[in-house]
Parts: sequence; C-alpha cells; structure tokens
Amino acid sequence: MIVLTIPRELYDKIVAHARQDHPDEACGVLAGPAGTDRPERFIAMTNAERSPTFYRFDSGEQFRVWQDMDDNGEEPVVIYHSHTATEAYPSRTDISYASEPEAHYVLVSTRDSEATEFRSYRILDGVVTEEPVTVAE
Amino acid sequence: MAIEVRIPTILRTYTDGAKQVEGTGSTLGELFSDLEQRHGGLQDRLIEGGGLRRFVNVYLNDEDVRFLDGLDTPVKDGDTVTVLPAVAGGAR
Repeated sequence: MIVLTIPRELYDKIVAHARQDHPDEACGVLAGPAGTDRPERFIAMTNAERSPTFYRFDSGEQFRVWQDMDDNGEEPVVIYHSHTATEAYPSRTDISYASEPEAHYVLVSTRDSEATEFRSYRILDGVVTEEPVTVAE
Repeated sequence: MAIEVRIPTILRTYTDGAKQVEGTGSTLGELFSDLEQRHGGLQDRLIEGGGLRRFVNVYLNDEDVRFLDGLDTPVKDGDTVTVLPAVAGGAR
C-alpha cells in the first residue's frame, strides 16, 4: 500500500506556512532524492495568484527550483497547498491541473483556527487515491 | 547543432520516455511543429487555439516565453527549451 512518510520537522513547516499565509492559499514542495519517495528538503513557493481560492507557482521560481532539484538528483516528492475555507480534499481544479504523476499531493486545511487537517493523495489521470500519512518523529 | 528540448515526466509518453529531445526551427512555434513530426501528439499538449496552453510553462534558456514573444519567440541552435507543467489548483 502507498503511504506518505514525512519527517516531523517538514510536516510542521508545511503547517506553519499554511497558517502564516491564511486566508490566502499557501503552496510549496518537499524535494527528495529521485526514486526514494523520501521527502527531505522543504521549499516554500510563492503563490503567484495570492488568492484564498486559487494557487499557482510563480513560473520563474518554479523553473529555478526544478533546475536545482535536477542538479541535485532530486524530484518533487510532495507538492502541497492549503485550502483555507474548505476541507483538505482535492477540488476539481486540483484534479484537472495535477501534472506530477509521481508526487504525493498534500492538502492542508486551515478552515479551523486550531485543528489543521493534513491529508495526502495520488492524483493520476483524474483519479484521486487518498493515502495514509505517517509522521516520523 | 540543434535546439535541445527538455520534456517533463507527464509528457514523456510522447517521446518514448526520453527526458530530452532535439528539434529545429526559427521560432518556438516552428520548433514545436518540427517535434510533432517525430513525437506525434506532443504539439497538442503544448498549444491550444494558436497559443500556448494556459497551464504549460515553456522557457527559452531560463526565461518564461510568455514574457518574450510566446510561440513567435525566435530560437536558434544551441538554445535550450524547457517545458514544465504549471503547478496550480485551488479550492474552487
């Protein structure tokens, strides 16, 4: 079975980023060595839309980050973004634009000011499969 | 010499799995037409209604071609063109 195992430190950084940008959507990447499925490096990305209902990586920043990953032998293991008023489940928009077949798509919801929902999915050819998240202490 | 084109994972079904391919042309649009000869179907994933698809980023060397001339951007031997799917979505 597919699971996402994520170090506590990276989990906390994603939640902190989502909280910080609330009520706008926050987005970013966890990079890891290619082929290992191990997220190791946190990269907060700019939401070029600065919107509470939409996100898009800034294209210039994405180019540089993808280039760095390529140079380091890394790949985007996790692509995360937040929903700030709805549940942490991929929307129709999320599904139609999902373009990294190997990535874990992490959705964080900050709709509740205390409890943060943190869930992970594979999105492939329009099909969403949720997977358990294990936080490694 | 030719123009090197880097292909993202999701489009490698059109290039027999190749991470990069080569093509020729004097503009980006011509380059894509040239690639289409050998990698049928690729062009349709890049272009829509005579322009670049909205959620595909294309870079000439390190510049987003949307800030250059789009499909009319001049290209030359030795250039590198990188295609990356935009990472986007949202609650609505």
